[in-house]
Amino acid sequence: MGSHLWNRKHLLGMADLSREEIQSILDAAASLREVNRREIKKVPTLRGKTVINLFFENSTRTRTSFELAGKRMSADVINMSVASSSVKKGETLIDTLATLQAMNPDVVVIRHPESGAQEFLARHLDAAIVNAGDGRHEHPTQALLDLLTIHDHLPLLDRSGFEGLVVAVCGDSLHSRVARSIALGLRAMGGEVRFVGPPGLIPPKAEEAFGARVYHDMEEGLDGAHVVMALRLQLERMTVGFIPSVREYFAFWGLTRARLARAAPGAFVMHPGPINRGVEISSEVADDRERSVILEQVANGLAVRMAVLYRLCGVGGGR
Amino acid sequence: MSGFVLIRGGRVIDPANGMDATGDVLLEDGIIRAVGRPDVPGGTTVLEADGLVVAPGLVDMHVHLREPGFEYKETIAGGTLAAAAGGVTTVACMPNTRPVNDDPSITGYILQKALQEGIVNVAPIGAVTKGLEGRELTEMGLLMRAGCVAFSDDGRPVADSGLMRRALDYSRAFGALIIQHAEEPSLSAGGCMHEGVISSRLGLPGLPAAAESVMVDRDIRLVELTGGRYHVAHISVAGAVEAVARARARGLPVSCEVAPHHFSLTDEAVVGYDTDAKMSPPLRSVEDRNALLEGLARGVITVIATDHAPHDSDSKRVEFCHASNGVVGLETMLPVSLELVRDGVMTWMDCLRAMTVAPARLLGLDRGRGTLSPGSVADLVLFDPEAAWVVDAARLHGTSKNTCFHGRRVRGRVKKTLVAGRIVFDDDL
Repeated sequence: MGSHLWNRKHLLGMADLSREEIQSILDAAASLREVNRREIKKVPTLRGKTVINLFFENSTRTRTSFELAGKRMSADVINMSVASSSVKKGETLIDTLATLQAMNPDVVVIRHPESGAQEFLARHLDAAIVNAGDGRHEHPTQALLDLLTIHDHLPLLDRSGFEGLVVAVCGDSLHSRVARSIALGLRAMGGEVRFVGPPGLIPPKAEEAFGARVYHDMEEGLDGAHVVMALRLQLERMTVGFIPSVREYFAFWGLTRARLARAAPGAFVMHPGPINRGVEISSEVADDRERSVILEQVANGLAVRMAVLYRLCGVGGGR
Repeated sequence: MSGFVLIRGGRVIDPANGMDATGDVLLEDGIIRAVGRPDVPGGTTVLEADGLVVAPGLVDMHVHLREPGFEYKETIAGGTLAAAAGGVTTVACMPNTRPVNDDPSITGYILQKALQEGIVNVAPIGAVTKGLEGRELTEMGLLMRAGCVAFSDDGRPVADSGLMRRALDYSRAFGALIIQHAEEPSLSAGGCMHEGVISSRLGLPGLPAAAESVMVDRDIRLVELTGGRYHVAHISVAGAVEAVARARARGLPVSCEVAPHHFSLTDEAVVGYDTDAKMSPPLRSVEDRNALLEGLARGVITVIATDHAPHDSDSKRVEFCHASNGVVGLETMLPVSLELVRDGVMTWMDCLRAMTVAPARLLGLDRGRGTLSPGSVADLVLFDPEAAWVVDAARLHGTSKNTCFHGRRVRGRVKKTLVAGRIVFDDDL
């Protein structure tokens, strides 16, 4: 499954990864996809390995994806949910460490509402850590599955690689770990990222921080883009104060068929899910099978997570 | 040491008197008697200072001693030990204790404890508002009578403009100094590091530089209105330095201090989510740091103060945004500040002035502290300006070890610290 360019202990963020490392994960994922199409969807690769899913934040999609990825590779998978409400400022994090350490896991997959929590745990825990999302910082497996999905579609765009590919990331990139990770991943692969959205919902100094070009006008931002990624507007978390209303937001930054027409021929639409219909994306776009690859993203997520576990468990090298 | 003591053959630097020359300092019963080549009476104890700088003991006008209330972070005994180890002979301690130092009885308690357990001078700073709640003024007159040397709600700004106006106005009755933690709360809310490229990359909510400069701008307008004495604590952004420069040029009673971490580090130090690089105000951008250096060079920033803020490890060993704000600084103040001299930002004289007579004057301590004038209290520091060492958090003397300078190679080492003629720290012991 490709040469071993991978010798990292953890997967904490796309910021750390070179083009070769990203490619090695994508290659492994592309091969592992075949397992998911078999009648018996299981390989013995990670037999005897223990994977703990440690989620400090609710997530059905990502947790299920990691769980299934581990199980299809025959690892023992344990899910631990730590309700955020009972986390009294950090106590749980340091206390959970001891418990985890005692189980001697090989990989701990962690989602945490605070940026940097995984880096903190990586300094104190022996196991390999996969960042399944930390605050608004990074969500590397999402970026990898997005890259794999884009990669699959390159022939339709009449392109052979990521070089020069234009991806418009639309919406609230300020609060989005998905936006940060895909921007860093694409930059590593030679693509061009745009952050499109209202002023105030774009990370400060995004050009310098991520090499992203910033557009506040949706039409301009979509102009000639090969891939359009719509971000979830996190209604429950933040938007109070950032935008006056959902109505106004959709009127100016909602992804509609008319706006999508500004993108390059063959351009397609991605969304990390779950979607808010009529907020950041119209139903006609979300449900358009010609343009939307949202369900492919889910399938690729499974393969990418299998590949990541495979790499981090150091099968045939690594740690 | 009672009787006569001669500190012999050091490089004596006394910014209060514009002196920088090799010579001796003669002490008698804890008082400075003479500097230069004094006649030495029989039976005088001699301290050799060959190769050392002899200067007034440092005055740090921004220290958190944490007692009463947070003795697990630091105590008056531990905090003054750290001070002595850093060559600091007077610390002004901030009122955000529990209970808050907003009542003469608390001031009295602190001074009593300092007398019993402290090894350097402790000068309490009283709260501007009762309970630091930003609603009612404290009894500034009675607090000063009890021993407070200035007023601040440090840790929090005096946010309400009307209240700040009244504080600056009322303080004039006593010539009191109002020290402001300049931060507009509605702009800083939720932020846990400087807002910029690094905060974007780390995905941490940022505090914009404007949160500080907006408040300094407002306060200077209120100084114009009232004539109160105003001092910006731990200035950290270019815009605030500019505002202070303009105010001073117009002769307003405005001053500011800078902390060594702000003029020597930038927000780059936060990469890796190091909670020992988290403080309020946060480490700022390269441009801000440059403006601080320029402010020091041009004499806009006249004081170096540490904002020494001890925290127990449980308060720091958590997710970045949940970690407490603050770093210790007393023991690294001198060597880190001497980098300014080596980098050509300040002269020896100006650098030491910013840590001795300048803060002493602001606090009204200059009759006897921060100077080597004959008749002054014999508070001195003897340091080897060349000695190189590496900061090691574990070897700090204070109770808490949360330094942002761990591993930094520095030059300049305190050899002896004297308070009222008594050796309170000796590096050779």
